Amino acid sequence: MSEHRIETHINGQRIEKSVDARLTLVDFLRGECGLTGTHAGCEHGVCGACTVIVDGLAVRACLMLAVQVDGAEIRTVEGVAAADGSLHPVQQALREEHGLQCGYCTPGFVMTLVAELEKLPRPSVAEMTAALSGNICRCTGYQGILRAVERLASAPEAEARRIDIERSEEPR
Amino acid sequence: MSASADRAGGAGSDMADGVVAPRFVGQRIARTEDLRLLTGRGRFVDDMNLPGTLHAAFVRSPLARGRILSIDIASARALRGVHAVYVCADLQPVLKDARPAFWPPNIPCPPFVPLARADVRFAGEAVALVVADDRYIAEDAAELVQVEYEAEDPVIDYLVAESGAVVHPELGTNVVFAGASAADPELEAAFAGAAHVVEETVHQQNQLALPMETRGILVSFEAEEVRVWTATQSPQTAAMVIADALGLPHTQVRAYAYDVGGGFGMKAHPVRDEFAVVAAAKLLRRPVKWIEDRGEHLIASSHARCESARMRMAFDAEFRILAASMDYRSNSGAYGWWPGSGAKITETFPGPYRIPRYGYRHSAVYTNTCGRGAYRGPWMFETVAREIFLNIAARRLGVDPLELRRRNVILPADQPYRAATGIVFDRVSPDQTLEEVARVVDIAAFRREQAAARAQGRYLGLGIAAYMEPTAPPNAFLAHHNIELRMEPSGHVVVRSPTHATGQGTETTIAQVIADELGLPFESVRVLQGDSSEGGFGFGGAGSRQAVMAGGAAVLSARRLRAKILAIAAHLLEAAEADLRIRDGRISVAGVPDLSVTMQQVAQLAYFVPAKLPPGMEPGLSAEARHVTPGTTWANAAHACVVEVDAATGLVKILRWIVSEDCGVMINPMVVDGQISGGIAQAIGGVLLEEAPYDEHGNPLAATLKDYLPPLAPQMPVIEFLHLCTPSAGPGGFKGVGEGGAIIGPPTLANAIVDALAPFGIECTRLPLSPDRLVGLIEAGR
Repeated sequence: MSEHRIETHINGQRIEKSVDARLTLVDFLRGECGLTGTHAGCEHGVCGACTVIVDGLAVRACLMLAVQVDGAEIRTVEGVAAADGSLHPVQQALREEHGLQCGYCTPGFVMTLVAELEKLPRPSVAEMTAALSGNICRCTGYQGILRAVERLASAPEAEARRIDIERSEEPR
Repeated sequence: MSASADRAGGAGSDMADGVVAPRFVGQRIARTEDLRLLTGRGRFVDDMNLPGTLHAAFVRSPLARGRILSIDIASARALRGVHAVYVCADLQPVLKDARPAFWPPNIPCPPFVPLARADVRFAGEAVALVVADDRYIAEDAAELVQVEYEAEDPVIDYLVAESGAVVHPELGTNVVFAGASAADPELEAAFAGAAHVVEETVHQQNQLALPMETRGILVSFEAEEVRVWTATQSPQTAAMVIADALGLPHTQVRAYAYDVGGGFGMKAHPVRDEFAVVAAAKLLRRPVKWIEDRGEHLIASSHARCESARMRMAFDAEFRILAASMDYRSNSGAYGWWPGSGAKITETFPGPYRIPRYGYRHSAVYTNTCGRGAYRGPWMFETVAREIFLNIAARRLGVDPLELRRRNVILPADQPYRAATGIVFDRVSPDQTLEEVARVVDIAAFRREQAAARAQGRYLGLGIAAYMEPTAPPNAFLAHHNIELRMEPSGHVVVRSPTHATGQGTETTIAQVIADELGLPFESVRVLQGDSSEGGFGFGGAGSRQAVMAGGAAVLSARRLRAKILAIAAHLLEAAEADLRIRDGRISVAGVPDLSVTMQQVAQLAYFVPAKLPPGMEPGLSAEARHVTPGTTWANAAHACVVEVDAATGLVKILRWIVSEDCGVMINPMVVDGQISGGIAQAIGGVLLEEAPYDEHGNPLAATLKDYLPPLAPQMPVIEFLHLCTPSAGPGGFKGVGEGGAIIGPPTLANAIVDALAPFGIECTRLPLSPDRLVGLIEAGR
């Protein structure tokens, strides 16, 4: 086993740690950084519960090693709500539409949808649903999640995505 | 939407017992739980850590059956960071009386040892336990444990297991439990004299509950007590069985489960693996944590379903059912959690229909496969088998399947209806839920659409099914439920309850009930659960019981507290209690709105100025009540779905799904719909994709989520809900709803697929109807 020094920004905070080469990103976030909101559901990249955003992309934290995020910008479910605690539109829509029950898979759904909203100027229901095809929820039958997706797709743009990401508005 | 925004639409004027409350019961109130779960601040078992925590990993058998010749732990033990490697002989002496929580004492139980002893009995059975500084090292060391086996031929097929090699030599038989109805000559006479007799056998495949959070436990032996954090549906039950296993008084074990990532029955109580971790923590005197990985979960947690039934029904010339019989057989695996569902499945098989004569047999057997555990409606095969069978019968008799059900369904005039099994149905509406679903589908319009589609080579199908759901069955310690209430000096209420949620939202729903009964704002009521030392003994979530049992206890305890509040207010306001009205935390005298006192003022008096209380009244404001249910609370529903089947690929697309449900008074319709939806998704998985098969050597073939395939968002239809309300006789009028979707969903979908493929003459006698199997059936029918 070899130890590696990594430096990364997680939810805007600079983190410097020495990690084992084989430590997964999900175990790094949970065990080394105290960010237990990211959950391990299968540890083989299928269920999506551990989804986090690395340099703007939704990734499976169980399929990535901590050493690979050296120099990267990471966002986890803990960093999505506003500083005053008010929920992100994705979180708000999931709450209002009963898009979660036990809440174990929820951080993965939140991060997948946040990434999708930040990637596309205005994702359609079909695009967001396709993005969610890699996230398993065993409780809700996806009904509330799909209603939340519809709400996000039809919400005024300023509401559907927070203003923290600027993007072009050309038609797709 | 916030609670207050919701309230406006539903404000009622229920003046009973002095409360003029905004009615929270019946409102789609956003859940209290969501705020922490959406922001990554939940507290699941793997989120908990204690100073000095060690991590465990199991060594598991690669064989379904074999003798253990030797176990060499030396190199594992020598690995740096390893604290212990245990085999059964190390751990078993620590556990004095461990057994599955629901195993009845009068039926022989397989040896409930924490690890395999001299032999292994299913692939995945734990053989050794490694404890190390972290999980990576524990898994490294587990791979270094050398186990030498002598393989033996396993018993895998439950249909022939009765005559196979004995799985548990200690028991001397592979039959777990069997039973039959009394011989009834009139039953055979009814079959002999019937205009029509239909007979068929239906099989359901091996499946898993598959919660997204796997099993897990963190155990700490401390000076005063043993503390346990575990993924369980009932902290009280977990604490009790762990205390019993250790030979400790129930006051010496505290179990915590704050957030649990789904259970669906399979987290009802700790089983062997968890007990092994408890024993290791005791021996090491350090906190030990084990979090099951998904591979372990798929092969060694608990399996479910895996059953079949041969059914016969006799009909008269008008297609009325004269008699029925069921011969039910099921697999318990090597270590079933209880002796099987045969008794309940055969008891509930007649369902929502009038069946004058009925007979049954049931048996469950041991095999060298993963043990059978509970999974959302563990008895659901009664509905699956019956409703699939009725469509087979309808087709063979040439009668419309809806018409067949209409002619036999229990009507209001029949109630209370005493079934041949002795079950009495009352306050149920199976005929109405059936008619509602038929009305919304518009069957005539669908049949025209179906005919037009077939003309174009497209295969549309409609499936309908109906059932009765036994909710809150009063088995053993499930028959009662306790709630403690305390109003604090601020006028807010703390609720302590053995309710437990693995997604059901009881922190919200129980607060809705209590806020209504006390005339308080919803936000003034806080429900605390998840700690076995609080709330008094009671089971948490199982058997669709919490709305009925905890809801009932909430009503009763709140009424007790309200009586004291009103007595104090009446004394203070010099008014008659009968003239008092409570609304939104304020108690006023009817007709004199200025004459009022706040809940906070009453509470302050109760705690800080006892001299001003009515003479002789004890200070403080608390109440407790235990709701006892006299019998099962029956809910009912009918579902319909419309599918299109691609006859070339066998792919099924679900176009519509309609639910007509009567679960009595709904506390939170959003939660009700969510419970039904989740069950339907599991049903869809069970019909189309989910299967945990074994090969002939007993190797599990579903060991990853690439093999075991639960439904995903794009596969789900938009579910349409219709709710009828026939209140139960219990406090609040609540009925359960947690398991129903998973029970009635499978036959609804299977019947739709068969209807779509009617031109090929297929029948559904074996689940799943996966694409490959459908293509096979279609090819055979061409």
